[in-house]
Amino acid sequence: METIASGQPWIIWAVFSPLVGAIFAFLLPRHASLVGCLAALATSGAILGLVRQVVEFGPQRYLLGGWGAPLGVDLQADGLSVVMLLTAGVVGAGVTVYATGYFQRSSQAARAFWPLWLWLWTAMNALFLSADIFNLYVTLELLSLSAVALVAVSGNADALTGAMRYLLVSLLGSLSYLFGVVLFYGAHGTLDIALLGDLTGPSPADWVATGLMITGLAIKSALFPLHFWLPPAHAAAPAPVSALLSALVVKASFYLLLRLWLDVFPVSTPVAGQLLGVLGAAAIVWGSLKALRQKRLKLLVAYSTVAQLGYLFLAFPLASTLAAATAWSGSVMFIVSHALAKTAMFLAAGNILRSVGHDRIAELGGAQRSATLSWIAFAIAGISIMGLPPSGGFTAKWVMLQAAFASGQWWWSMPIIGGGLLAAAYVFRIVALAFAPIGAPGTSKSVPKRMELAALGFAVAAVMAGFATLQILSLLDSGAPFGQIGAEAVL
Amino acid sequence: MTATMAYATAGIGLFVLGLYALSAYTHLLRKVIALNIMASGIFLVFGAIAHRAPGQGADPVPHALVITGVVVAVSATALALALMLRIQAETGQPRLPDETSD
Repeated sequence: METIASGQPWIIWAVFSPLVGAIFAFLLPRHASLVGCLAALATSGAILGLVRQVVEFGPQRYLLGGWGAPLGVDLQADGLSVVMLLTAGVVGAGVTVYATGYFQRSSQAARAFWPLWLWLWTAMNALFLSADIFNLYVTLELLSLSAVALVAVSGNADALTGAMRYLLVSLLGSLSYLFGVVLFYGAHGTLDIALLGDLTGPSPADWVATGLMITGLAIKSALFPLHFWLPPAHAAAPAPVSALLSALVVKASFYLLLRLWLDVFPVSTPVAGQLLGVLGAAAIVWGSLKALRQKRLKLLVAYSTVAQLGYLFLAFPLASTLAAATAWSGSVMFIVSHALAKTAMFLAAGNILRSVGHDRIAELGGAQRSATLSWIAFAIAGISIMGLPPSGGFTAKWVMLQAAFASGQWWWSMPIIGGGLLAAAYVFRIVALAFAPIGAPGTSKSVPKRMELAALGFAVAAVMAGFATLQILSLLDSGAPFGQIGAEAVL
Repeated sequence: MTATMAYATAGIGLFVLGLYALSAYTHLLRKVIALNIMASGIFLVFGAIAHRAPGQGADPVPHALVITGVVVAVSATALALALMLRIQAETGQPRLPDETSD
């Protein structure tokens, strides 16, 4: 990690491009969508530049203002950061295209959406790149505040109450995290992740700080039973926002938990790991069962997110043994494939909602004539959510199963496989509607082509992600965030 | 050292008090105030931590962080209050609707 960024400081541009875009989108509301597209282009370019740097020269570390830790705030990019950044970039660029069709030009909602979305992107990129636990707190709060405001964009009562509940829970999570930061600083006098990692040990202060941080981040990642805020917020938001929240925002706090778990928390926390695993397994079962019983399409997709997030937490018990690198790799693969598939599902659900005028599942049968491509996109994304080969969801589960058996904890394979069956049940519940006889020719509105193509593109990408597993894993391995075992050991 | 402990204990007390109020009251304004009290508790602990070694001056880093934290808390409070007013305008009451399943 000694490398100082060589050549262009892409790591800075990855944070500044969306920030500059957010400011201009706010100042020029009539051209907000144009500004949004330009900012998305610049941000994607910066992310690609940074990825290339990391592939060529290894992990990058940038000292902001030349100060350097322990006093200064450092940015750093290793394999894990870059994979998260890339996922956010792909989803962000696609959703930007979708949003240009979704929001009417210079409508009230569009004026609010563009600056907030670019702000959200700024916070997310900064979160993936920060190497300082207090800076991470600030990015976490920026992320939540812009996410909450985005939920409220549509302005109806459901969206407002959903946003308010999200805000209260999210602030509770952040404060819990902040308390952990304070205790770590009090005990060790530094905020830098790498420096802290060398100092933490099994002392009472460190355990309390660890507990507070895990709790706070678990709330923000909607881990069962702290998930109750997620479905109303994600379902009430406009479709592009739902996609961003489900695909990226909850993963950002999970990323932070993973980062701290690997680098900061006192080594060997098997009890906490097992507990997180049990809650993850419960989330898979409970979220899937709730998804099966939902009456509205967007709520079904939102509960599916609760269930799928459970998978991420299964890595914690699996990683307490020799199979650690395999378990973490599976978990990150899951983040990538779920981000793509869930974006596709929410965008498709948004298209269906727009074309039919409602998303009541019972009345959707036979309504498939209007937005055919979106129904197809929903079904294809379902392949990855269920975990059928060759999708990204399949390889992610496959890697996790390998970790379960390699670590001698075969029982964790039950929620992994069972969750796939439950997912199949709720996905088919929707896909079956497409085969229902054509109902009364109700008034169906047409949906802009690019919105349908965006949904379809993400669905196909989620399935194709399975073929890119090796590339993703070798990129992830840069700087060995999970220890010395490389990508070859996984497959 | 006792003064430091007193501040730290008071901070933890405020945090717990705020946590209780956050879960006990349904009025949104009370919830927002509860979160602010929790944040103040954390800042107080942070202030106490700045007093590291007797005889030396205070560690300036926690002060800088508390100021940043206050800015973040102010922004969050502003957003929460704006949302609360909109909820009151839309639904007629400054409360969240009961958690109804489905």
